[in-house]
Amino acid sequence: MKQMLGQIFRSGRFRLGFGIFAAIVLTVLIYPLVINDPPLEIVSRGTFLAPGIYVSVYDSVTASTRYTLIIDEAAARRIGSRLTADDRAAMQEWLVGTEIVEEGELNLDDTAALLELWHSSFDPAVRIPGMTNADRNYYIRLTASLDGLLATEGAIVAAPNATTGELEEQGVIEQTDYVNLSEVPNFRVLPLGTDNFGRDVLTELVSATGVSLIIGLVAGIVATTIGLILGLVSGYVGGVVDDIIVFITNLFTVIPSFVLLILISFSIGQEQRGAFTVAVVIGLTSWVWTARAVRAQVISLRNRDHVSLSKLSGHSIAYILAMDILPYIASYVVMALILQISSGILAEAGLSILGLGPRTTEVPTLGLMMNWALIYQAHIFGKWWAYFPVILVIALISFSLNLMNTGLDRVFNPTLRE
Amino acid sequence: MNSDSIILSGKGVTKVFGFGSRKTVAVDHVDFSFRQGEVISIVGESGSGKTTLAKLLLGLESLTEGTIYFEGQQRDIRSHRQKREYWKNIQAIFQDPFSAYNMFRRIDAVLLDCIQMRGGGRLPYEQKVAMMREACSFVNLKFDELTNKYPFELSGGQQQRLMIARVFLLKPKILLADEPTSMIDACSRATILDMLMALRAEIGMTPIFITHDIGLAYYVSDTVYIMEHGRFVESGSADEVILRPKEPYTRRLLNDVPKLHEEWDLSTV
Repeated sequence: MKQMLGQIFRSGRFRLGFGIFAAIVLTVLIYPLVINDPPLEIVSRGTFLAPGIYVSVYDSVTASTRYTLIIDEAAARRIGSRLTADDRAAMQEWLVGTEIVEEGELNLDDTAALLELWHSSFDPAVRIPGMTNADRNYYIRLTASLDGLLATEGAIVAAPNATTGELEEQGVIEQTDYVNLSEVPNFRVLPLGTDNFGRDVLTELVSATGVSLIIGLVAGIVATTIGLILGLVSGYVGGVVDDIIVFITNLFTVIPSFVLLILISFSIGQEQRGAFTVAVVIGLTSWVWTARAVRAQVISLRNRDHVSLSKLSGHSIAYILAMDILPYIASYVVMALILQISSGILAEAGLSILGLGPRTTEVPTLGLMMNWALIYQAHIFGKWWAYFPVILVIALISFSLNLMNTGLDRVFNPTLRE
Repeated sequence: MNSDSIILSGKGVTKVFGFGSRKTVAVDHVDFSFRQGEVISIVGESGSGKTTLAKLLLGLESLTEGTIYFEGQQRDIRSHRQKREYWKNIQAIFQDPFSAYNMFRRIDAVLLDCIQMRGGGRLPYEQKVAMMREACSFVNLKFDELTNKYPFELSGGQQQRLMIARVFLLKPKILLADEPTSMIDACSRATILDMLMALRAEIGMTPIFITHDIGLAYYVSDTVYIMEHGRFVESGSADEVILRPKEPYTRRLLNDVPKLHEEWDLSTV
């Protein structure tokens, strides 16, 4: 046993696959201990907040201590964040289009000159050929946002007077004022932003990965158990029993299992479909190939001398199946189980994308996250963080399981060794 | 011991594999009667159906046609319990010792199965160990070195001797030895045969050798059956069949035996 494990871990493929898989599983186990948020808690208003660190503006403004830092590039960076290179190019396009300047005459890096020229010449009423309404609105928005771009004085904080209702100056926030992030009590790190409901994608993803792994495991165990039992009985007993089981197996082989899966999931109904139910349904529709392969292996084993010897020793059919047949096909069954887990996870993702996955109110799954991203058109709006990490996790799980499988194959099947 | 009593006999024993155009008749209406205490050999080439006949005699394959009688009674082994009773009387040694053992079970488990089969399952463990030790010493194996070992850790000859130790514990009335020495080296061959003969004297069983080696058959057996294409073409006492063969097939088998003192005559092959 120990020797076999050593041999398995000597395979580079298996080690890589196991490493990736172990990292995923450890993340799923450890992450909730560190960040203990409910995965489906809505943390933001508005959809698809971009990944980043969100700092409370109120807490920053009212922070007890402010520090003055002299940073040379601060002003340039501030201007750059509000007036991007794309904005400058658009401004040049308008100025050239209305023939106010010649192409090449304009120095886009000279912000002051550009702004002066823009403020003196931009007129929303003037239309250049090919300009759409959306373009015009963009120019109007851009112009409004440029107000105070070059200001050097600070922002004034004012509060209404309780009796007169007039605004009274409370203080000035200088451009060189900074707060220490550790002194701001409220900030939230959203490494993968939020999804369409305003939920933290990372927390959701970790929880979804765990649920999907369990779905895959349950589906794999159900499929492998059914396939193993049918294959063992059919291959060893033979005769009429074999004929009946082969008939059923052929029946399920001919019907595409994914269609069957869709029909069963649909007929169960949205409210009855828990994650566990979906896993069992996936398992019930994917045992066919395991059964066929196990049957073939058992047929080649059942006339071996060691099985005859076991019969001559008076052992029962159940004992022979468990002790003389099963250990010889165990390596194959383990590999089949690994593949079934992988395909179970993919089947759940496929079902959920079609809206036939587990009900959406309890737990997230990888497929459900894809489904939500799809419905809220994250891919159209370029909100990559809502679906790309999910795809990556699915691909990594599938990749690592298949790597482990080929690694095992090389150990158990010496003809494949390099 | 009444040497004239028939222990195992068969009438019209037939085994057909497949059906239709892919039909293969492995054993074709074979009649035989084996007397208790005799050493019997069934000799034939590969593919002559002798191993299938062995499996039919053992009850590992079902008969297509015909009847087998054990101790004068028609053999009935439809249920597992009946098979178990039958297998207390008939045991086998297989050709390839390396594939004959379950490689996941230890040697003592193999031997304990035999004690269990003989109804000794409830004996105290010390007594079982004593029985296993006795069986192992009979075949010149040291039981104390074998416990916790797996059969594949032994050499071919040792594994075949362990197989004989199994038979020693089971004490069957009939032992089917299917090419017991063909996979082991020449030095161990005589040892194995001598042990089988000693075992025969010890427990009074009827050995049936299944072999392609007519020299071995002549060396050990009282009665020889020659098998070709699923049929017995010649049978009789060893001297009669081998020294005065009537059938050309038997003569060919005899001619295939290499003679050390003269050159091979390849023209007759």
